[in-house]
Amino acid sequence: MLERTNEGNKRETAAVLIGLALLVALPFLADAIGKGFYVTLFTRILILGLAAVSLDLILGYGGMVSFGHAAFVGIGAYVVGILSWHVFDGSPLMTWPVVIEGTENGFVVWPLAALMGALFALAIGAISLRTTGISFIMITLAFAQMLFYLAIGLRTYGGEDGIALYNKSGLGSSIDLFDKTTFYYVCLAILVVFVWLCRRLTRSRFGMVVRGARINERRMRALGFSPYRHKLTAFVISGAGAGLSGALLANAAEFVGPAYMSWQRSGELIVMVVLGGMGTLFGPVVGAAAFLLLEEGLADLTEHWQIVLGPVLLFVVVFARRGIWGWIAGPAREDR
Amino acid sequence: MNTLLLVEQGLNGLQLGVMLFLMAAGLTLVFGIMDMINLAHGSLYMIGAYLTATLTPLVGSFVLAMVVALPLAALIGMAVEVVALRTLYRREHLDQVLATFGLILFFNELVRIVWGPQPIFLKPPDWLAGTVEIIPGVPYPAFRLAIIAVGLAVAGFLYLLITRTRTGMLIRAGASNREMLGALGVDVKRLYTLVFGLGAALAALAGAMAGPILAVQVGMGESILILTFVVIVIGGLGSVRGALVGALLVGMVDTLARALLPTVLRTMMPPSQADGMGASLASMTIYILMAAVLAWKPRGLFPAHA
Amino acid sequence: MLETRDLYKRFGGLVATNHVSLSIEAGELHAIIGPNGAGKTTLIAQLAGELRPDGGAVLFDGRDVTALPVQHRAAAGLARSFQITSVFPPFTALANVALAVQAHAGHSFRFWRDAARDGRLTGPARQALDLVGLGPRADVPAELLSHGERRQLEIAMALATGPRMLLLDEPMAGMGPAEGAGMVELLRKLKGHYTILLVEHDMDAVFALADWITVLVNGAVIATGTPDEIRSDPEVRRAYLGEETV
Repeated sequence: MLERTNEGNKRETAAVLIGLALLVALPFLADAIGKGFYVTLFTRILILGLAAVSLDLILGYGGMVSFGHAAFVGIGAYVVGILSWHVFDGSPLMTWPVVIEGTENGFVVWPLAALMGALFALAIGAISLRTTGISFIMITLAFAQMLFYLAIGLRTYGGEDGIALYNKSGLGSSIDLFDKTTFYYVCLAILVVFVWLCRRLTRSRFGMVVRGARINERRMRALGFSPYRHKLTAFVISGAGAGLSGALLANAAEFVGPAYMSWQRSGELIVMVVLGGMGTLFGPVVGAAAFLLLEEGLADLTEHWQIVLGPVLLFVVVFARRGIWGWIAGPAREDR
Repeated sequence: MNTLLLVEQGLNGLQLGVMLFLMAAGLTLVFGIMDMINLAHGSLYMIGAYLTATLTPLVGSFVLAMVVALPLAALIGMAVEVVALRTLYRREHLDQVLATFGLILFFNELVRIVWGPQPIFLKPPDWLAGTVEIIPGVPYPAFRLAIIAVGLAVAGFLYLLITRTRTGMLIRAGASNREMLGALGVDVKRLYTLVFGLGAALAALAGAMAGPILAVQVGMGESILILTFVVIVIGGLGSVRGALVGALLVGMVDTLARALLPTVLRTMMPPSQADGMGASLASMTIYILMAAVLAWKPRGLFPAHA
Repeated sequence: MLETRDLYKRFGGLVATNHVSLSIEAGELHAIIGPNGAGKTTLIAQLAGELRPDGGAVLFDGRDVTALPVQHRAAAGLARSFQITSVFPPFTALANVALAVQAHAGHSFRFWRDAARDGRLTGPARQALDLVGLGPRADVPAELLSHGERRQLEIAMALATGPRMLLLDEPMAGMGPAEGAGMVELLRKLKGHYTILLVEHDMDAVFALADWITVLVNGAVIATGTPDEIRSDPEVRRAYLGEETV
């Protein structure tokens, strides 16, 4: 409800449309210049963009600095990996109290990944949100680390080495995810739908409470709100989005491992959000693109690319807080 | 599992706890006084370990190498504070997270360039290489005992520093009420740098002593950093006493869970399964402990800010 | 309507609220005055539920609310404005008030519909803005409003929670004479419709508006009565010597 000048509004709309058009055209462009590799790279960008948008929901809109978001991504990935492993192995996942067999049906596995992400977020969020500030950061980090060690302990499913997937998820006979262009468009469609849902969400009554709590939680209480439940709900929704992105990531890499949950991954997701623009929905996608392209570009130059990335981060923090999206879409203070 | 083994594991737990305390003491003060989250604290631990590992063959003595390495690490810590972190105190926590995350990437890569990706193995000094039977029937590595002794000595030193000296009084005042320091006319900047240097030296001390027990390698700082966070959350931000209690608690619980859980589970299921599950459960226990403490006291056991 | 019994609060060695007993009747405008540091804001914070008293009780509508947290007191109809303006700067004036309406009347677990186009929120919000005279500025972000306008917005937000009683903490602080006069006009409009507890430094405004005045010095009540009684109270005159022109 923030007043953006009309001109600013138009500029953002234009930027979104151009960006979307570019993403839709990307496989053709990549084909035209003979670099099919870009389709795979941009598939990763879309998937991590999805994870980053889900993080921004709590980080940018809710002011909750969660340093454990990769854990939910990893959980989504493990749902895909474990169920797929059981298909390959021929053994059921469990036999009691009900028999659950492995499956590679995307219509079952992907929603399940989101659901598991949500459930873990509910448990972790319920405890973490009792605290604020530095404690919250440390606790989310610690819980993510706990899940990381749990994944390492899953010896049946590869332990430290993870599981290689023998098959991608199936979405019916007409959609073949082994075709990289098809998979790209599936990811793009999911991202677009998710961003649209988040856009509704952030502008709804619920969204206003979460955003209000970020700006001034004390005032929200004085108005009669109890923001804890709203923040927790946002945390859960965010976990679901991350779980879904994990399911896609597992399919993209055809591999699932504890590294997905490492604390560096959580840090990178935060970097993407801030780099792209906090408190916006398109910014995190742009941030994911910038991060992966930067990584790709630097890795070509030197194997020690992180020694460049580190100071770049410091620079971004000190000088470029509005993020790339703020720079593209014009002088808006907050999305809306 | 008999009593003697239990005693041995107890000593291991004490040793881990002492290491965690060395890490946590400095970090909790930085949290408490500067309201700053510093992820790069683990990098100083790593630097302490690498410096000691490099200097030991050069000066021919582990202890002498440490004596040189600690002030060096403190200087590096203070330099980082002056160059990069000082501007971040008044910024949002998110900025601090990002910036110090960048620092970790930088230091890890720097170490990889200078020392290479291979772990370095460090031997304890000869006179501490053997075992001691402090309790008859329990031979225990002398080096680990030395760690416990050093750690407890540092705890005592910190206690005296904080309760008996003027600097300590300022540190306490700052940890419980930040605004008061400026009002007292203290040179806050210098105090901050000093506290940071102290924290860096303690982290480096922990790193140096960890060298002969664990391998000296890139990333060693982060695994202990996250344990340290658990310690601080349990103990309460900004409280050195909380850090001590939290560190000993975490050290004990973690070590005993790792030692006991597989054995306990073996009575219930086949050994191969029991070992796997025991290991995972054991690595989760301290996080469960943290969750339990938070459910009971959201601000930790000894919150410094009233 | 609102009553305190023997309210007591100390910070270390400083007694901020010293056995304060107040009784505020429904519909009256009760002003609390006192020199700086008399404990007025501390008192309001205890009434609103942000601070727990060390002793004594707060009764709202005859019900003991001493242990009730802020959000529940607000929901029960006790609305508070802040001394330091405390609106949501990035949101428009309308969105600020709509949020207050939502706190009072709406369900907040609605995830789909655009809150800015929800007539059940914006309707009452516009009414409240019109009442305080901010109607034409509804679509301006709060951070672009003038200081006086933000104080008006504070009042509109308090009104929008559908309160039965208003706790106003120095609504005129930092206002120029013209803005101040506007605020007095607004309070006069509200008077009678709401029970109001007003903490204010501006003595002219207080004596013009209040039905009843309580004087607080060093955390304790030194006098309470009608404006005329207070004006002629010798102890008040002594405590306020030189202060009255603030």
